[in-house]
Amino acid sequence: MSTEYNNTPNLKRSVQWSWLFKMAWRDSRRNRSRLFLFVSSIILGIAALVAIYSFGYNLREDINSQAATLVGADLVISGNKPADKNLQPMLDSLGTEHSQERNFASMVLFNKSGDTRLVQIRALQGNFPYYGNIETTPVSASKSFRTGQYAIVDAALMQQYKARLNDSIKIGNLTFLIAGTLNQAPGQTGLSAGIAPVVYIPMQYLEKTGLVDKGSRINYNFYYKFDKSTDVDKLAEKLDAQLDKSSLHYETIETRKQNTGRAFSDLNRFLSLVGFIALLLGCIGVASATQIYVREKVASIAVLRCLGVKASEAFLIFLIQIAGIGLIGSVIGAALGTLVQQLLPMVLKDFLPFSVTSSVSWLALGQGVVLGIIISVLFAMLPLISIRNISPLNTLRSAFENVSLGRDPLRWLVYLLILGFMLGFSYLQLNDWKASIAFSVAILVAFLILTLMALVLMWLIKLLMKASWSYLVRQGFANLYRPNNQTVILMVSIGLSTAFICLLIFMQSMLIKQVTLSASGNQPNMILFDIQTAQEKGVLDITKKYKMPVIQQVPIVTIKLDQINNKTAATLPKDSTADNLRKAFGYEYRVTYRDYLTSSEKIAEGKWIGKAEEGAAIPVSVDERMARRLDIKLKDKLVFNVQGTPMNTYVASLRKVNWNKVQTNFQVVFPTGVLEEAPQFHVLLTHVPSGEASSKYQQAIVKQYPNVSIVDLGLVLTILDQILDKIGYVIRFMSGFSIATGIIVLIASVRISKYQRIKESVLLRTLGGSRKQILVITALEYLFLGSLSALTGILIAVGGAWLLAKYNFEIPFQVNYIPALILFGLTAALTIIIGLLNSRGVLNRPPLEVLRSDT
Amino acid sequence: METILDITNLSKTYKSAGKTLSVLDDINFNIETGSANAIVGPSGSGKTTLLGLCAGLDRATLGSVVLNGVNLNNLSEDKRAQVRNQFVGFIFQNFQLLPTLTALENVMVPLELRGEKNIRARALDLLDKVGLASRGHHYPTQLSGGEQQRVSIARAFSNAPKILFADEPTGNLDAETGEKVQKLLFDLNKDAGTTLILVTHDLELAGKTQRILRIKGGKLVADEKTAIAQ
Repeated sequence: MSTEYNNTPNLKRSVQWSWLFKMAWRDSRRNRSRLFLFVSSIILGIAALVAIYSFGYNLREDINSQAATLVGADLVISGNKPADKNLQPMLDSLGTEHSQERNFASMVLFNKSGDTRLVQIRALQGNFPYYGNIETTPVSASKSFRTGQYAIVDAALMQQYKARLNDSIKIGNLTFLIAGTLNQAPGQTGLSAGIAPVVYIPMQYLEKTGLVDKGSRINYNFYYKFDKSTDVDKLAEKLDAQLDKSSLHYETIETRKQNTGRAFSDLNRFLSLVGFIALLLGCIGVASATQIYVREKVASIAVLRCLGVKASEAFLIFLIQIAGIGLIGSVIGAALGTLVQQLLPMVLKDFLPFSVTSSVSWLALGQGVVLGIIISVLFAMLPLISIRNISPLNTLRSAFENVSLGRDPLRWLVYLLILGFMLGFSYLQLNDWKASIAFSVAILVAFLILTLMALVLMWLIKLLMKASWSYLVRQGFANLYRPNNQTVILMVSIGLSTAFICLLIFMQSMLIKQVTLSASGNQPNMILFDIQTAQEKGVLDITKKYKMPVIQQVPIVTIKLDQINNKTAATLPKDSTADNLRKAFGYEYRVTYRDYLTSSEKIAEGKWIGKAEEGAAIPVSVDERMARRLDIKLKDKLVFNVQGTPMNTYVASLRKVNWNKVQTNFQVVFPTGVLEEAPQFHVLLTHVPSGEASSKYQQAIVKQYPNVSIVDLGLVLTILDQILDKIGYVIRFMSGFSIATGIIVLIASVRISKYQRIKESVLLRTLGGSRKQILVITALEYLFLGSLSALTGILIAVGGAWLLAKYNFEIPFQVNYIPALILFGLTAALTIIIGLLNSRGVLNRPPLEVLRSDT
Repeated sequence: METILDITNLSKTYKSAGKTLSVLDDINFNIETGSANAIVGPSGSGKTTLLGLCAGLDRATLGSVVLNGVNLNNLSEDKRAQVRNQFVGFIFQNFQLLPTLTALENVMVPLELRGEKNIRARALDLLDKVGLASRGHHYPTQLSGGEQQRVSIARAFSNAPKILFADEPTGNLDAETGEKVQKLLFDLNKDAGTTLILVTHDLELAGKTQRILRIKGGKLVADEKTAIAQ
């Protein structure tokens, strides 16, 4: 005791970082399992993001290594009309080798079964692909079909119509023998094969099918192989202006890399956003857990302050602890994410045109760990800064125990940082400020609604609780508003998870319903297109013979837009401000002419003129959205090009068009008396009452008019259902992380609150409370919390679905409440089960034992 | 004699439900270096508030507290924390050991904060002096109340404080243990020459000091020398 110290006060002690780390470590020793609970909430969010990031990086690598096989050639030149005669020599001279392909939609008739189906015909000439293969069974079929009147047919189609090798199919006027089953065409995904199954035929037979007529919608592809010394991209850039003039465009391996990369980075961004929601939920868990943790640490912090620890040092001790535990959680999450990543290629297989490797991405792992630390520190910061305000007087008086953020101005900085982080992170995923703000605001609004609901709930219970209620009910409800309650955190985490999954269910069912409704009753459910003028009457006769109604019969003319108020493609500024107009001038419009408005159209501005006067300017009606996009106003002068003939028109009216209705809708409608003699084809809309009638009707049309293509909405509906199911599966897989995080936050919150409740429960048991009574109190509390959170979540989902339906998808708002009810029941039940399971410790052991071990 | 603590016109008021509550009113006294003193008074008289102000745990509404020549009223909370670390030791009624630290670590904390050397050996030496050398690796929950208070005393002396504040140091202990702790406290205090200020209800304990300050209704009502001093 004889140590002497200097009398002069030295008040300039610097922060001893090593001691702070030592204290953080020491203090964590007795709390590790609880600290792990805090951080367990972020593990799944980090895992989801690391999995997606790793998948993204691997995908990028794979796109780079496999792009050549996706394109199949060094250069592809495409257009939707035959090449100009003066361009043809140039097209023929390119490359060391070249191939051609024409592709278009057409009906195929399976001769054996008599079934018909709309497919994508690819008529091929040459040795394409130069990289990769057309994958067929038998393998030799990819080459041998080119030697005669053979076809290779999509595998799913073969299976669906029970077709076998050497069966015959009819395409147009010609019959082909099936030489093989097409397993994968270059660049084709499982999804695109489902929408438009492919049938390859040799191009030398195309003419004889009779399917190539004026007005038929055919895509022309020219595939080139170059020797390695040629800089194909440079060459393509040089050709671009010339190709552009002929409405042709090009693709190289490099441009495909960029385009595929862009498309998949969009998918990756969307998935990351879904993962981010899981992470946000976890953050809420971290924030709430830290708040309770800090509250419990008040006495220790006060003692440290008494012993001379500065406010900032006390704050740093716990900051280091949270960052450390955040690091551990992030590392576990990142490791788990690497495992989950192995599953992603399986989940996304239908969307991928190639196989994706699953190697460990250290960059993704690093990003996940850094993100985890940032997010755990950021969200723990709000309760952590309150440590600075803990007075050493707490050692003497318990009255100071209530630590609140009060008027600490730093809390605004923390709020700002959290908002900034959310916005910044969403921007990194979405690359669009507007969408990022909308996303952040939506999350914030949902969060605020749930917080508000929790506060109103607590206030209402306090207000309405009556002494006459049974003790158990009063006790159960009182747990919702008493100090250290978990009401807000549980409401937010359960509510947000429920809202998210419910919104997904609502949107999926609404989109399906929209299509189902479109095809029900007397609405058209079958569309016949590519009917040539000469075939019009014959098709009508067959329709009448099969007693089908002709709901709509529309002529369609393909035209181009040459001028808007004397502005042409050539006079446009070169910068991106004119991108919309440039596209408009390069685009082929399919327009119609008639003297009436359909049920899906309304005049928004101007006057509808159905008949053109001879010699005068032609009045046309333009879709409102197109007008907005191209800045077209009433009376503006538009010059259209109809197969080489210029047509001077002016905008007589702007129409509001309901594009969601299943019928033919047009951006531009001409009056009668102008286009009647132009090359055109016709579309007929009818309603078939059953699958059987549909099949017979289709066979009759295809037999007589093989060039006519038929879209069966019943089939479209099935395909749409499958696509939505596949997309839904991916989203469900990702949202599974949010749900699991919600459950973990729930478990963590309940377990943390267990420490708060233990003393009360033990006291109750000591005073003679039975096991059953404590069970009822706990069950009531969690029943109320679970059901109210789920209900609020579902209401938020209803609101979100309404907004999305009205403003994004522009479809009627009709939700199916049965899945929502099931979700409600499940959420409430799960909350009670978790609540009760976590209270087992208190229920099954003697009170003293519980107090000794848990406090 | 030299003065270590100088209290002048000290007042403390709190605002509660819109009313001003006076807890201490115009207190004046000073404490001689190396003396043992007791502050006594009924519950709610303001003695704990006075202890808090003297030790720099709180700031006075009026008046001044000069501790070892440093006017605490002019210092921020962080600076006061450093004054506490350099000159002040504390013993609390409910021991206030850090529950996540072992007994040894609890004793080491004030020394570590000062950046001292040879800390472990010194902390072990202190534990040995309070008879707990063998319990250094036990956590507070593994120690009895008396043992916890002995660890607390070892911690209070670890930074060789100029002044030691003890708030009801035996209040939570049974008579026999309380007696042992009292003896230990006075013995160590005598050895180290530390100034001692006790806050207690226990007049017998107060009688073992040299001076008793009586507080009632926030005012200093008596300042008596005990038989020991005479």
